[in-house]
Amino acid sequence: MSNRMHLTLKVNGEAVETLAEPRELLIHVLRERLGITGPHIGCETSHCGACTVDMDGKSVKACTIFAAQAQGAEITTIEGIGTPDSLHVLQEMFREHHGLQCGFCTPGMITRAWRLLQETPSPTEEEVRFGMAGNLCRCTGYQNIVKAVLAAANELNTVKEAAE
Amino acid sequence: MIPARFDYHRPDSVAAAVGLLQQHGDEARVVAGGHSLIPMMKLRMAAPAHLVDLQGIAALRGIEAGDRIRIGAMVTQSEMLAHAGLAEAAPILAEAARQIADPQVRNLGTVGGNVANGDPGNDLPALMLCLDATFTLEGPEGVREVAARGFYEAPYVTAREEEEILTAVGFDRPARGFAYEKQKRKIGDYATAAAAVLIGAEGGRVVSASVAMTNLADVPVFSAAAGEVLLGSDCGEDAVAAAVDAMQGDIDPVEDNRGPVEFKRHVAGVILARAIARAWSRV
Repeated sequence: MSNRMHLTLKVNGEAVETLAEPRELLIHVLRERLGITGPHIGCETSHCGACTVDMDGKSVKACTIFAAQAQGAEITTIEGIGTPDSLHVLQEMFREHHGLQCGFCTPGMITRAWRLLQETPSPTEEEVRFGMAGNLCRCTGYQNIVKAVLAAANELNTVKEAAE
Repeated sequence: MIPARFDYHRPDSVAAAVGLLQQHGDEARVVAGGHSLIPMMKLRMAAPAHLVDLQGIAALRGIEAGDRIRIGAMVTQSEMLAHAGLAEAAPILAEAARQIADPQVRNLGTVGGNVANGDPGNDLPALMLCLDATFTLEGPEGVREVAARGFYEAPYVTAREEEEILTAVGFDRPARGFAYEKQKRKIGDYATAAAAVLIGAEGGRVVSASVAMTNLADVPVFSAAAGEVLLGSDCGEDAVAAAVDAMQGDIDPVEDNRGPVEFKRHVAGVILARAIARAWSRV
């Protein structure tokens, strides 16, 4: 017997409602019930970070949160950060610095980096490595990922200074 | 990776949460950040029929950092890491928190969950033993305080009764010399060995010392003997070697995928010597 609940979330700025069992994981709700397939399922054991989304202003691993725990939360996924026609600076810098190879970890990487650069707008290389430690790249392209995040920080800060 | 079905509850007070535990008995479990419990539920090593989520209880949040430090059970490791008052009053907490898992996990993982779960791999239990912390437990009979040093009985078995909730941890402002040193295979792994050390000094001599070890027995280990050996010493080579020897008598590591017993004892010795040296450099 199912015990589905009405789940109300704000996802990428839009209010959404769906039925889900409390035991469903947030990553499954996003991908299978809401069709938001940017966040990936990698290890499904809270190690790899491919499922990283932003929940109420914090980076979290959506594979280790029950749908019920997310009730009422505000979620941002890679779909809410940039679009193919209008890439976010982070996405542009990942492209420019070859910050991806197979691309599987990239949505989680960029979603985490997006929050990291709000928490620490001018990070050192060490702070980027510490802040990105929850995201694994099986192609081991870390050098260029770190370069891309640092370049994006620089770019965002330049834009901000120009605006001031 | 799909857990067994459960009913979900989000009470807004400790009393309501305790009421749910009374009502459902051993069919209910509380969940804080969920980063210990949810993996166990996915593996169906835990299958509570009722999940009591503590996230809606405001009384379980908050940090007080005066001469006595009090941290609410639902404070996350990220919050502990970012708190300026704590950084000043008890910097060993941030040093330990930095070494737990990764940013996303620390954003949800809580102090209460880490200490109450009774997993010998967790880092905060040994830290609490080192700090001589007390845990506040609230249940149907009211509120009681339990010493951390008497809390851990066996893996996942603690002095907490089934219908009680751990609501806060508290301890006196610790000595100035501190270190939490951890050896792990990779980010997100439990310790192969970790040591928490607090040292107070006057006139170049140790006047107080506290040593505890993580993941080197089936419970976190407070090594009173290692602390006693350091008392009165100048933390020189001989004193450190004697403290490491004393600690070896208190741990009881078992072979697993982090290595054989001899290796773990070796790493424990190296890690404790480093922790003592760093704590001493800060007194």
